[in-house]
Amino acid sequence: MRRSAVYLLALGSAVVLATTACSSSKSDTPAAGSASTPSTTTSSTTSALTGTITVLAASSLTGTFTTLGKHFEAANPGTTVKLSFGASSALAQQINQGAPVDVFASAATKNMDQVTTTGGATKSTNFVKNVMEIAVPPSNPGHIATVADLGKSGVKLVLCQPQVPCGSTAATVFKNAKVTVKPVSLEADVKSTLTKVESGDADAGVVYVTDVLAAGRKVKGIEIPADQNASTEYPIAALTKAPNAAGAQAFVDYVLSATGQSVLTAGGFLAP
Amino acid sequence: MSLMPDRAGRSYRRARPAQRRTAPAALAAPALLGFAFLLLPLIALLIRAPWSGMTRILSQQAVASALKLSLIAASLATVFSLLLGVPVAWVLARMQFPGRSGLRALVTVPLVLPPVVGGVALLSSLGRNGVLGRYLDQWFGVTLPFTTPAVVIAETFVAMPFLIVSVEGALRSSDQGLEEAARTLGASRLTVFRRVTLPAVGPSILAGSVLCWARAMGEFGATITFAGNFPGTTQTMPSLIYIALETDPDAAIALSLVLLVVAVLVLALLRDRWVRPGNTV
Repeated sequence: MRRSAVYLLALGSAVVLATTACSSSKSDTPAAGSASTPSTTTSSTTSALTGTITVLAASSLTGTFTTLGKHFEAANPGTTVKLSFGASSALAQQINQGAPVDVFASAATKNMDQVTTTGGATKSTNFVKNVMEIAVPPSNPGHIATVADLGKSGVKLVLCQPQVPCGSTAATVFKNAKVTVKPVSLEADVKSTLTKVESGDADAGVVYVTDVLAAGRKVKGIEIPADQNASTEYPIAALTKAPNAAGAQAFVDYVLSATGQSVLTAGGFLAP
Repeated sequence: MSLMPDRAGRSYRRARPAQRRTAPAALAAPALLGFAFLLLPLIALLIRAPWSGMTRILSQQAVASALKLSLIAASLATVFSLLLGVPVAWVLARMQFPGRSGLRALVTVPLVLPPVVGGVALLSSLGRNGVLGRYLDQWFGVTLPFTTPAVVIAETFVAMPFLIVSVEGALRSSDQGLEEAARTLGASRLTVFRRVTLPAVGPSILAGSVLCWARAMGEFGATITFAGNFPGTTQTMPSLIYIALETDPDAAIALSLVLLVVAVLVLALLRDRWVRPGNTV
C-alpha cells in the first residue's frame, strides 16, 4: 500500500522534473461586441472576412492590441481576433517552432528578423516606436530621480533579460548615460518587470513609456532625458504560413491604418 | 535486474507463479499508447540533444553557477523540510486534536497548487510589502525577494509536503506497540521518538527526502515569481532552461538532459535501495 504510494510520488516528481518550465505567455481572447465601435475607415476590410485571426504580440502591446482586436472584430463581424502576448524573443521562437499564427508584432526588428530569415514572413512594416522610462513604486522608496540613481548600491533594480527588446533597449540607455547598474533580477518580459515594481518588491524598473502609462497610479514614471533615452521600432508582419491569410493581411492593414495608429498613439506609442 | 536468482537468498522474487503473459486487446492498446505518450517526449530530448556541442554548452559559466545554485538550494530546502516536516508529520500521525484532518489536507495543498500561485502567495506573505515581509523590512531591514534565501524558501514551500506525506504515511502504518512498550519501560516521549519511532520510519524519511530534493531541483514557477532570475544569486537550472529556450534552444535541450539524468538517478536510487519490501515498515 504505502510502497505504491511512494512510487506514485516518485513518478509524479519525475514528471515535474522533466517538464520544468511552463509557458508564461498570457493569452487573451477579447469578447466580441464591445460597445465602443470606431468609425470603420479601414480600406481593405470590405470583403467578407471570417474566422479566427491569431496574433502574437509583444508584451508591451497588451493594452493597445486588446483594444485594436475588439475594434477589428466590431468592424468585421464574423471574425475573432485571438491574441497572445509574451516576450518578443519567446514569440519568435514559437513561430519558428511552427505555431499556427497569422500575425506577429514584435517589439524589436531583431526578433522579427529571427522570423523573416527562416522564411516565416517575407515583408514586415514598422508601425510604431517606443522609448524607455523609469518606473518606481508610488512612494519611490529608492529615492530615484535620474538614470544615475539606478547605479547606486542598495537600489533594487529590475530589468528585462537582455535578449528581450526591453532589456536590450534599457542596456542602450545605460550605455548612453554611462551608468553601470547591478540589477537584482532579469525578468522574462516587460510585464513581469513592471509587476515587480507594482508589488513594491523592486525599487525601480526600466520599462517602456507605454507601460508606465498603462499602469496608471500603480507606478510612478520618471522620464529619461532625450540625450540618454533609447528607442525600439515595432515591426508587424502577416506570416507566410498564416492559416488565415486574408484575415492576417486585413489585421496588419488595420494596425497600419489611421484608426489603428490613433489607438496606438493614445497608448503612448510614437509614430515610427 | 538479472534473471538469475542472486546468492543473497532473494530468489523469492522470481519464485512467484508465472504471471499471465497476454493482455486483452482492450487493455493492451491503450496501455501501449500510454507508454508511448509518456516515453516519446523523453526520447525526443535524447534525439534532439546537441551531442557534439554538449561540452561547450555545459562548460558555460552560467550553467555551472545555475547547477551549483540548484544543488545547494535544493539540498538546503531538503534540510529545512526535514527539520520542519518530520515534526509536522509526527503531529499529524500521532496526536489527536480537532481539525486534524483539515490541517493535514491544508499542509499538502502546495502538492497540487500551481507553483506560480505558490510564488504569488509567497510574495504576498514575505515580499517587501507582504503581510509578514513588511515587518521584516521595517524592523530588521531584511527583504527576501531577489535573494538566494528566497530561492530556498520557494523550494521548501513547494517540496516539503512530499516529505510530510511520505513520513506521515509511514508513521501511521508503523507498529505503535513498540512505542508503548518503550513508554512502559520508562522512556520519555522524546526518547521514544528518537530511539524507537525515528529508526522505524528511517527508510521512509530517506525516501521522502529524496523526493523532496528532486522536487526542489525541478522547482521553477514559485522560484522565478518570488525570487526572480539573476545568474549566480537566483537563477536555478529550470530558470536557465526557460531563458535559454528563447535564445539557444540547443542549450535548453542540453540542460534539460542534465535534469532528466538527475530524475532518472533519483528513481533508480529509490527503487533499488530504499523502498524495498522488508526495508520499510
